[in-house]
Amino acid sequence: MIEIKNLCKSFTLHNQGSAVIPVMTGAHLRVAPGECVALTGASGAGKSTLMRMIWGNYLAASGVIRVGDLNVAQASAREIIALRRDTLGYVSQFLRVVPRVPTLRVVAEPLLALGTPEAQAEARAMDLLERLNIPQRLWQLSPTTFSGGEQQRVNIARGFAHPYPALLLDEPTASLDGANRAVVLDLIAAAKARGAAIVGIFHDEAARAQICDREVDVTAFTPMPAGVAP
Amino acid sequence: MKDLRDTPLLVVEDLSKRYGARIGCVDVSFDLWPGEVLGIVGESGSGKSTLLSCLAGQLAPDTGRVLYQGHDTLEMGEPQRRTLARTDWAFVHQNPRDGLRMGVSAGGNVGERLMAVGARNYGAIREAATDWLGRVEIDATRIDDRPRQFSGGMQQRLQIARNLVTAPKLVFMDEPTGGLDVSVQARLLDLLRGLVRDMGLSVILVTHDLAVARLLADRLMVMQGGHVIEQGLTDQVLDDPQAPYTQLLVSSVLQV
Amino acid sequence: MSDQAYNFAYLDEATKRMIRRAILKGLAVPGYQVPFASREMPMPYGWGTGGVQVTAACLTPEDTLKVIDQGADDTTNAVSIRTFFERTAGVATTTQTAQASVIQTRHRIPEEPLRAGQILVYQVPIPEPLRFLEPRESETRKMHALEEYGLMHVKLYEDIARHGEISTAYAYPVRVEGRYVMDPSPIPKFDNPKLGNCPAIQLFGAGREQRIYALPPYCDVVSLDFEDHPFTPSKADHDCDLCGCATSYLDEVITDDQGGRMFVCSDTDFCETRRDAGHRGRLSPEETA
Repeated sequence: MIEIKNLCKSFTLHNQGSAVIPVMTGAHLRVAPGECVALTGASGAGKSTLMRMIWGNYLAASGVIRVGDLNVAQASAREIIALRRDTLGYVSQFLRVVPRVPTLRVVAEPLLALGTPEAQAEARAMDLLERLNIPQRLWQLSPTTFSGGEQQRVNIARGFAHPYPALLLDEPTASLDGANRAVVLDLIAAAKARGAAIVGIFHDEAARAQICDREVDVTAFTPMPAGVAP
Repeated sequence: MKDLRDTPLLVVEDLSKRYGARIGCVDVSFDLWPGEVLGIVGESGSGKSTLLSCLAGQLAPDTGRVLYQGHDTLEMGEPQRRTLARTDWAFVHQNPRDGLRMGVSAGGNVGERLMAVGARNYGAIREAATDWLGRVEIDATRIDDRPRQFSGGMQQRLQIARNLVTAPKLVFMDEPTGGLDVSVQARLLDLLRGLVRDMGLSVILVTHDLAVARLLADRLMVMQGGHVIEQGLTDQVLDDPQAPYTQLLVSSVLQV
Repeated sequence: MSDQAYNFAYLDEATKRMIRRAILKGLAVPGYQVPFASREMPMPYGWGTGGVQVTAACLTPEDTLKVIDQGADDTTNAVSIRTFFERTAGVATTTQTAQASVIQTRHRIPEEPLRAGQILVYQVPIPEPLRFLEPRESETRKMHALEEYGLMHVKLYEDIARHGEISTAYAYPVRVEGRYVMDPSPIPKFDNPKLGNCPAIQLFGAGREQRIYALPPYCDVVSLDFEDHPFTPSKADHDCDLCGCATSYLDEVITDDQGGRMFVCSDTDFCETRRDAGHRGRLSPEETA
């Protein structure tokens, strides 16, 4: 479902003496449907960078990022928009929403974007919010005012509203208590069971052990310091 | 899961406009697809407003083509272009005073486009106006009030209702949230997003506010000195800008 | 006899020819406002300078002229214009609608149906019906050219929204031959139905605004309205207190400080003709005779 071949990335900082910072070289990854792969490596090794490149948020310098039928590394903006709508879900660490939009709406939005009838989309959103223990009195409020943990759960509910065939999870269990953590792990397990291909970053080692089939250490893709042959 | 909307709504080819020796915009080309929001960002004088005026048929470009549903809007006669402007197209001005008739009631403002396309039933026009005031969150009891009795945010929402009442396909927006309080802006952004999705609108949005662009636009074009220097997916352009100017623009924004 | 110091009908022949061209163009394009080089006239703007120029361009020595102001032949404006043409053109004048070949009017159409061969000349203060909502002349011209008349209905919408009905009672806009929207000058909307299918030629002159427009005989004139608020030509709900006519347009006259009032035909010639024929109204002085 997700296949990465020989992926490279560098940043050129034009306003800082045009410094070129290589951040990734020759990355490879294959995730089959129903498989969950954890990205590991020390902080700064490039886990998030790789995730963002799969999402289409960072441009690849070279290589192939295939998600479903689409090579994200070469795709047009319009193709990536369609991919994000239909195929690829992303639970980031940060909730970025229009202020004032009620939580229920935020969670239902991915379904509404797909043309799901409003009642059906909201029913699904309510179900998820309930499972993630967001008190019902908060549903009509904007999540921008919520605590970090609540925002995280709203983000997860939103990411799981539509059964995407491929999912990216950035620290989905961070800052959650035991009960909510268990709910999230259940959601991930259910997604695997229906055949979703998942790439995740989990600092939570127990969660990683429980849910992930494989680990890929991105340190292997980190470019060598200048002067050292790879 | 490809949808049926597979032809661009608007195709722009090599559009240029110069004011004598001064550059308005140069060699701008892009496609706009149904249901897509394209943001045009850049600082004052970068050519984004000139470009918008050329696209909306308010300014004649020197060279280039603008194809709307396959028809060249620069070749078509003024009657057709004006008909397009009050049916299929809409234009939301930064200053609601430029887009509203200040001496006409809210209901009359919303009803004008309907009457312009031949609506002749007062009851039906009023019903449509009432419905639209509701959709932009203006109390129905204000239908006979004139816009000058409205707050800035309400005026802007009225302008939007007036424009969308004929269910246009393409909306041009020039800094629609400029000049509004931050809290009013948020409400307007939310409203616009809902309308864009529910009506399947295509939007060309000119703004210098990157936060507005991030929340509304699917795609972004960055302009500098009349040239499009970078374009792509909105979050990609903002998070991984490639051009020196875009990097400067993005890094200059205060993080909230 | 005419005053020899002036050319026939005051204006020089070249000017009259220019005005006649505008009139002919107006007749050829019914309802279209034709610009013309309006001349300085020996009377102030607002006193019918446009109508006077059109009349001057139409008059021949054989014509019989009638001038009315709000239906009356004896008000200042009517008297002074009639005298003006008596002096400068030496034409015969009359107060009887049927006798006149040229009738200059301000704010009314005579009650007596006009006939073929007559010319009715209207004095027009503001010829542009769209001016109320669109101040730019460049824009209103474009709107006429492109038949963008939605704005006219916005005005009527505003009327209904504010007053519950179309409250425009005079200068009520019409559409001519399905094409141009036209301001019929400030005639009461009661007179609007007489504009269409009229055997006489109707000419409109706006001196200050320098426009002439026209309705050729038997032309199609429709008053604008909404399906659910149709046009109604209204008048005061009374009979004439002098001649008893139930169908003519009436003026309300205050008779004392105690709220006394009477309604009389605004068309003085029409009323007199009826009274001469023996018709009587509620307050007819002859009643006791």
